[in-house]
Amino acid sequence: MKPLNSIISDVRPESPQIRTFRLDIDLDPAPGQYVMVWIRGVDEVPMSFSGPDTITVQSVGEATQSLFGMGAGSSIGLRGPLGNGFVLRGERVLLIGGGVGTAPLVFLGEQARGAGIEVTSLIGFRSAEDIIFKTRFESLGDTVVTTDDGSVGTKGRVAEGLKELDLGEFSQIYLCGPEPMMWDIISRTKEHAGKTQACINRYFKCAIGVCGSCCIDPEGIRACVEGPVIMADRLLEGEFGRYRRGPTGGKQLCEG
Amino acid sequence: MPSLSVDVGGLLLHSPVMLAAGILGTTGASLRRAAQAGAGGVVTKSIGTVPREGHSGPTVVQVECGLLNAMGLPNPSYKDFQDEIEIARQGGVPVIASIFGSSAEEFAMIARGLDADAFELNLSCPHAEKYGSELGRYPDLVESVTGAVKAAANVPVWVKLTPNTADIVELGLAAQRGGAHAVVAINTLKAMAIDIETGYPILGNKFGGLSGQAIKPVAVRCVYELSSNLEIPVIGVGGITSWEDAAEMIMAGACAVQVGTVLQRGYGIFEEIADGLSRYLERKSITLAQLRGMAGRRS
Repeated sequence: MKPLNSIISDVRPESPQIRTFRLDIDLDPAPGQYVMVWIRGVDEVPMSFSGPDTITVQSVGEATQSLFGMGAGSSIGLRGPLGNGFVLRGERVLLIGGGVGTAPLVFLGEQARGAGIEVTSLIGFRSAEDIIFKTRFESLGDTVVTTDDGSVGTKGRVAEGLKELDLGEFSQIYLCGPEPMMWDIISRTKEHAGKTQACINRYFKCAIGVCGSCCIDPEGIRACVEGPVIMADRLLEGEFGRYRRGPTGGKQLCEG
Repeated sequence: MPSLSVDVGGLLLHSPVMLAAGILGTTGASLRRAAQAGAGGVVTKSIGTVPREGHSGPTVVQVECGLLNAMGLPNPSYKDFQDEIEIARQGGVPVIASIFGSSAEEFAMIARGLDADAFELNLSCPHAEKYGSELGRYPDLVESVTGAVKAAANVPVWVKLTPNTADIVELGLAAQRGGAHAVVAINTLKAMAIDIETGYPILGNKFGGLSGQAIKPVAVRCVYELSSNLEIPVIGVGGITSWEDAAEMIMAGACAVQVGTVLQRGYGIFEEIADGLSRYLERKSITLAQLRGMAGRRS
């Protein structure tokens, strides 16, 4: 499809680095799916949905900085929804998120609650001021919050919060966050990898499964169309958590 | 079932259906996956002398009849690509390195520095300054680049031609004079798409290359003209999305075909086309060699 024109109807600051943009069109995405956002004259970048008509964005580079310069009434181009989203399985689910990676999870959690599924959340942030979506998560069910500096909740990385949970109780686990955090969780909970759906990030260019820039070793999974949600047991023995492909296609080490 | 194996410009392929350059060719793993899915040969992403990140996005636009792209030749350079070729080779089919440069010397440097089963010279990318069709539209440069790589490499050399020219046969003859083992036709047609809400050209690079179904009749015509006028084999590429398209391209004179844009449907396309071709040859009681160039013998 060619990019669809969309008007930003509302911009909401979530934290100093993160904002939620409401779009004037509902693309009917599944949580975990993404949209290619074209900031005209700048670049086109993938973004996660944090609701049926919202994307939540962290300012990290040129394109997102340009987006942060836009207010209600500005227009952007959209291609999507794209990729495979999360699939709800069972009656009792656990959401594990870090930073802006909590965006697709809060969207998923709200769908799950709507379907009568019991939701528990473990969410981690750097510090009190970086916390987003806390009220939304807490309204879904039990919520464990961690901060690296201990300013709110349990002190430490997200994995610290695992001690407060029995993963065996959950029918399915949903994971999204920075790669070192996701790898930390996956490598500590290998016995549950077969029931963990991870929403991952790779360098997307075409977003339709042909250019090859997002392929994941060793299988060559095309993250843009076969992901971005991938079962964690397929991520255990490859590049995930170790390296990823950069814009040239060359390997870049995955560093915390 | 009739045999689909074919000798193409110095390489023996178990199937005439190859993966085209620039498609799922960045990592060894995705190339190996194409080989395991049935591709008779796999062509890498085009590799140059230095790392390139490519153009800013959007890098692709899906239009009514095909796909418009301006990736901008992103690649990690030949110095950082041999490992990917070795992984691709685990797929058990020939791995053809697509290479590009801004001069005969650059092409030759890469050919000396990479170990592949053949080289495909990208003299046809329509959207990268100083590269591709900016050299490839001049017959004398096509000839000298081909000659330089021939002298530098001890594997087959194929030349991928641009259709963005008045006379593609002239370019094909130049490749032949330079000593090419085969020509590959065609690369994308230079094209453009504009966002009518705002007037912005959609591609980050403004211009790109059109691939997919829209260009198949152009590709069929180019393959027909080339195979009618050249002694060396022609590999047909451009808009093939079914076994019927592959049969048509072979009837036009192609000894093998490459597929790219259709990979949007997934890796199953290699077996789908090969199975369809096999059944077709069986129904018609002819061989692949008899099918090749049939259109030229009818006219």
